[in-house]
Amino acid sequence: MESSSRITVTQREQSMVMNDVKMMYEIYASVPPKTQRLMMELQRDNHMEYLLRGLQQLGPSFCVLDANRPWICYWILHSIALLGQSVDAALEDRTIDFLSRCQGPDGGYAGGPGQARSCFFLEDCCSTAVFIFYQMPHLATTYAAVNALITLGSDKSLLSIDRGKMYTFLKHMKDPSGAFRMHDEGEIDVRACYTAISVASMLNILDDDLVRNVGNYILSCQTYEGGIAGEPGSEAHGGYTFCGLATMILINEVNRLDLAALIDWVVFRQGVEGGFQGRANKLVDGCYSFWQSGPGEAEYHIDSPEATPESDISEGKESSDGTSSEGSQNASCPVNFDNVGFVSSEGLAEREPLFHGIALQRYILLCSQDPGGGLKDKPRKSRDYYHTCYCLSGLSVCQYSWLKDEDASPLPRAVLGPHSNLLEPIHPIFNVVLDRYHEAHEFFSRS
Amino acid sequence: MDSDKEQLEQETLPLSLRPEWSDVKPIPQDDGPNPVVQIAYKQDFRETMDYFRAIYSAKELSPRALQLTREAILLNPGNYTIKTLKKGKCVSENGEAVMPKIFMNVWHFRRQILEALDANLPEELDFVGCIAKDNSKNYQIWHHRRWVAQKLGTSATSKELDFTRKILSLDAKNYHAWSHRQWVLQALGGWEDELDYCQQLLEEDIYNNSAWNQRYFVITRSPFLGGLEAMRDSEVSYTVEAIMANPDNESPWRYLRGLYKNNTESWINDPKVSSVCLKVLNAKSNHVFALSMLLDLLCHGFQPSQDFREAIDALTSDSAPIDSDLAKAICDVLQRVDMMRANYWIWRKSKLTPVA
Repeated sequence: MESSSRITVTQREQSMVMNDVKMMYEIYASVPPKTQRLMMELQRDNHMEYLLRGLQQLGPSFCVLDANRPWICYWILHSIALLGQSVDAALEDRTIDFLSRCQGPDGGYAGGPGQARSCFFLEDCCSTAVFIFYQMPHLATTYAAVNALITLGSDKSLLSIDRGKMYTFLKHMKDPSGAFRMHDEGEIDVRACYTAISVASMLNILDDDLVRNVGNYILSCQTYEGGIAGEPGSEAHGGYTFCGLATMILINEVNRLDLAALIDWVVFRQGVEGGFQGRANKLVDGCYSFWQSGPGEAEYHIDSPEATPESDISEGKESSDGTSSEGSQNASCPVNFDNVGFVSSEGLAEREPLFHGIALQRYILLCSQDPGGGLKDKPRKSRDYYHTCYCLSGLSVCQYSWLKDEDASPLPRAVLGPHSNLLEPIHPIFNVVLDRYHEAHEFFSRS
Repeated sequence: MDSDKEQLEQETLPLSLRPEWSDVKPIPQDDGPNPVVQIAYKQDFRETMDYFRAIYSAKELSPRALQLTREAILLNPGNYTIKTLKKGKCVSENGEAVMPKIFMNVWHFRRQILEALDANLPEELDFVGCIAKDNSKNYQIWHHRRWVAQKLGTSATSKELDFTRKILSLDAKNYHAWSHRQWVLQALGGWEDELDYCQQLLEEDIYNNSAWNQRYFVITRSPFLGGLEAMRDSEVSYTVEAIMANPDNESPWRYLRGLYKNNTESWINDPKVSSVCLKVLNAKSNHVFALSMLLDLLCHGFQPSQDFREAIDALTSDSAPIDSDLAKAICDVLQRVDMMRANYWIWRKSKLTPVA
């Protein structure tokens, strides 16, 4: 550190990206209002066209994602749902059929389909095909498939998930330490914990056996910086921070984390560009619009540790009809975690997010949007389905982040650009569109 | 040379035309009658995977199966890696070579074969090394490498440390490489030079947060350094120097706080901490992190001297009356100078407990 005048790699790369972003904002500032409106508009038709095309057919470059096809389904279907659209009945049937082919005999979903063999000799199962698997079931693709099927939302879609076998699969992925493995003999990390707990929670099969000690593992991954790392000792990272925090909320152990440090770390990830970076001193990336703003939303409902956290969080809030929140497994909304043991901030009809929602929307619309359809990491990068999904998810979080009550419609000032930019609200822990979450939640509560 | 050439020709021949595969009936992928997200596979990709399915379902743990997993892994849309590897070189010829993120099952099956054949594992490390250089962000490759290194035990220590060092020289913040390196240190050892390595990386780029994180890992976990308490004094001096050189650098600020993890008392009472805040505040630029740390100190009971109040007074605009509560005054300044986080600072202010 002999001299502060020498420019380091980090500084050089940062200043290059900053220049690109600055240029986008300067162009925007210099064009006439009509062009400005167009630039700030979410190009819905083009995004839909890009998404629907991918759901049908992908080019040879997608060979790289051959073991991630349920992910592609989820990214595309969730993006379509965020845009308030849905796929037609035929396409829905095809998707259900395809994902069913990915569900292995032990309940987990693999990255691609197994081989259908009709079963002639087993009397009991003549009606069902038997699949022989060449890809292993994996927690990440299982999470993607379940979220995709919930996003489709029909009874047929939800019924296609074998919850009994899924429970067995999740148990099989659970390590004696309490954490989860990604696949048979696979790596243990915070992603695996989140995807397992999220799936179990969505399908209403979460029990003490699955929860046991997973909180200890997440806790061991919170770093000195405040964020959460993929494994104990690694660097705090936006994706893992989301996964770790969401897991802790779902298992009702969120107060074991150092939340003051975590919140502080997250809000500092929003850079001068308006978008979020994944780690300290790294570059902005559109996908963190979701990974970092989602936790921001959840955190908002946790009272400051400088106040008296214990009493604030453990006391069940009395709801207006006099029943305690503990008993009311009512409609959980994206910004109100009563169903997972939180109390919401009281008294205000509206509130502001802890991050800068308008700056983030500006970054997403001007720097992460490909006007021809699809969204991306940053200027000079190309669109892809992953970034389309997570930039749109982040945009939705921003648009609804002012709201306390899910029935209220967003305040005009919360939505940047024309009102047609308004997306569907999401559940920030599972990242599925809120309506679909409620439907699935009700469906799986019945059985 | 000739045998290399022969193998190269052998590998470019379609599997269906190779005599040693004539007894195998390839199994095509069954996407169903009307699949979604259907990929237009390239011919060589499709054929290799069809043969892979055949040996996988037959559970054939043979040398030719090992060879087939190698070819499957080397299949690559950019085709750079495959060319260079076939020539026996490790260097990427051109730009970005995108490794298929596929083949988790291929890697998994390869491990079964390696185990069954009692294969040469150092050779396997070389193979993985060649691929990882072009595909250093692929989970499966690192997971595989960890498996091989674990089998080899301490004989792999220096090779693994060298290898991660090489990857990090190309991308100093590669998450997988750091994770692997930490695993090597904990499972196989090699801590002796690690603090020097962190030092070197930080000299190259003091903004490299991954190197700061590794430094924290070393001082808290190395069996040779005596732990956080023993290291604190010298580390605080190092960190304060880094902060003074670049007060806008978030990494040493977070590191400084981390040095007092679980010891809030010493953090509040160590004059080195409060004085670095004061020095940066008095310089009147790039002072967001200094204000933020001072706010945290105050929230935890730090008793400020008059110097701190004057420093904050100097940062407050003339028109606005300064809050008599120093923590609140700091929140006001932060709300003004750190606009991206204005809401956060308002929220922090609302959560301050009134001074008794």
